Amino acid sequence: MTIQEAQQEIIDDFAFFDDWMDKYEHIIELGKELPQIDEKYKTDENLIKGCQSRVWLHAENKDGKIYYSADSDAIIAKGIISLLLKVFSGHTPEEILAANTDFINEIGLQEHLSPTRSNGLVSMIKQIKNYALALSNN
Amino acid sequence: MDINQIRAQFPILNQEINKRPLVYFDNGATSQKPLRVIESISNYYLHYNSNVHRGVHTLSQKATDKYEQARQKVRQFINANHSEEIIFTRGTTESINLVAFSLSQNFLQQGEEVLISEMEHHSNIVPWQMACERTGAKLKAASFDEKGILNVEELKNLVSEKTKIVALTQVSNALGTINPIKEIIDYVRSKNGNNTLILIDGAQAVPHLSVDVQALDCDFYAFSGHKMYAPTGIGVLYGKKELMSQMTPYQGGGDMIKTVTIEKTEYNELPYRFEAGTPNISGAIALSEAIDFMLETGVNEIARHEHELLTYATEKIKTVSGVKIIGEAPNKAGVLSFVVDGTHPSDIGVLLDKMGVAVRTGHHCAEPVMDKFNIPGTVRASFAVYNTRQEVDIFIAALEKAVNLLR
Ligand SMILES: Cc1ncc(COP(=O)(O)O)c(C=O)c1O
Repeated sequence: MTIQEAQQEIIDDFAFFDDWMDKYEHIIELGKELPQIDEKYKTDENLIKGCQSRVWLHAENKDGKIYYSADSDAIIAKGIISLLLKVFSGHTPEEILAANTDFINEIGLQEHLSPTRSNGLVSMIKQIKNYALALSNN
Repeated sequence: MDINQIRAQFPILNQEINKRPLVYFDNGATSQKPLRVIESISNYYLHYNSNVHRGVHTLSQKATDKYEQARQKVRQFINANHSEEIIFTRGTTESINLVAFSLSQNFLQQGEEVLISEMEHHSNIVPWQMACERTGAKLKAASFDEKGILNVEELKNLVSEKTKIVALTQVSNALGTINPIKEIIDYVRSKNGNNTLILIDGAQAVPHLSVDVQALDCDFYAFSGHKMYAPTGIGVLYGKKELMSQMTPYQGGGDMIKTVTIEKTEYNELPYRFEAGTPNISGAIALSEAIDFMLETGVNEIARHEHELLTYATEKIKTVSGVKIIGEAPNKAGVLSFVVDGTHPSDIGVLLDKMGVAVRTGHHCAEPVMDKFNIPGTVRASFAVYNTRQEVDIFIAALEKAVNLLR
């Protein structure tokens, strides 16, 4: 699946929800299902410190594709991380660098990616791209 | 006190957030402003905007009169002895920085000590750390117990002849604890007389309690307008005249000087020597209006009403499973801070907002407090005069729903 297709799939999924409760129930569910990050990657180096919640992000390059794993201490942030990883993980650095996060707006979660919210997610997206940039040179 | 009549003065409350009626429980961060305060600002700009202390013209005179009347109003409100003891600042943070900077110029010295507590807001920690760095003095802090009660005995034991400054909050913004500052001030005075200077952070006290700086006998008292129904960007530093007139100014500029040559400046008198540059004129005038609002409503009435809400909310929140209240001192003002087992405060905050309830989540600029409880932060509901029991009911129902969603 391309990044574009993964984004469209999420948009289609979210089209079913007509009230905020269902939507957030789903995000919380996604947060709970997010594959556990290997504890050894939950280091200070991988920590993105927000004022509200903390996010850990780890990336590795396998055969030219980048695989991310991440965690947060807040479940809604974790649900959104799960969406971001579904979209970005497993693609080439070039694809990742070319992609945007507009789908988050389309599913009505843009408030969580506001730079002023300080939950670590905006820095996380920057970090996703930084990894792609760094690993693309390897 | 007629709550409907009070609420009618706060038009902002009458709105929906996410299709639910707004319940504003983030008053500890900043309170809403009554219409008369908002109108006092527009009235100033519509009718007599002008710079103060400068012009001979009518408008400047009027603006200056109103600005100085505001100073008088603040003086009466906290019962200071002289109006020169009232310095207008941007807020508590600037007030404390002013004192910390000035005292580090020619008062605090290497080997001496500044004493604070572990429940201080960062605004009453960082300026002292900076002053200590500049001078080589040492910062000491008294702890508090698991209920959020200050260890007064420990604090007293930390007071020695080396202690040059004691800086304490009257009410903790993270815990709600009201500290026995009178008892502490009396102790410090009995031990060190006037050799130890005492600053009280009144940011969370002034909105909820009546304050008398002469009865307290503190040297400095700092507070912010925006937490007491006035606009942001205006605050107060009270300082005893004898002290303040010997202190080095914090900032240089216009209005704070008597004469300036390129070689040397002679500083102006109090309070102007600490008010460099054009001040927040409309802010001071609006602060005066907010004080009138509080006085006409009755500071004790406000305190009684908020205390009733706090007691009611504290009882009700105990029925929500997994809730742990952070800060259970017997004497509290206006703040209900809590965590819920198995949930993160920010998740609770996001879901409450979806239901129209505005609370604060996070460390409340008091990280040492969070470290002490070993938590990343709390959810904080904080009350003001316009809040109601019915809003507490909405909040509790929303909290129950949020907790169910998160579990
Ligand atoms: C106890 C306490 N001190 C100081 C401050 C800082 O006040 P301001 O940000 O208005 O300067 C606050 C505000 O949150 C506070 O609650």
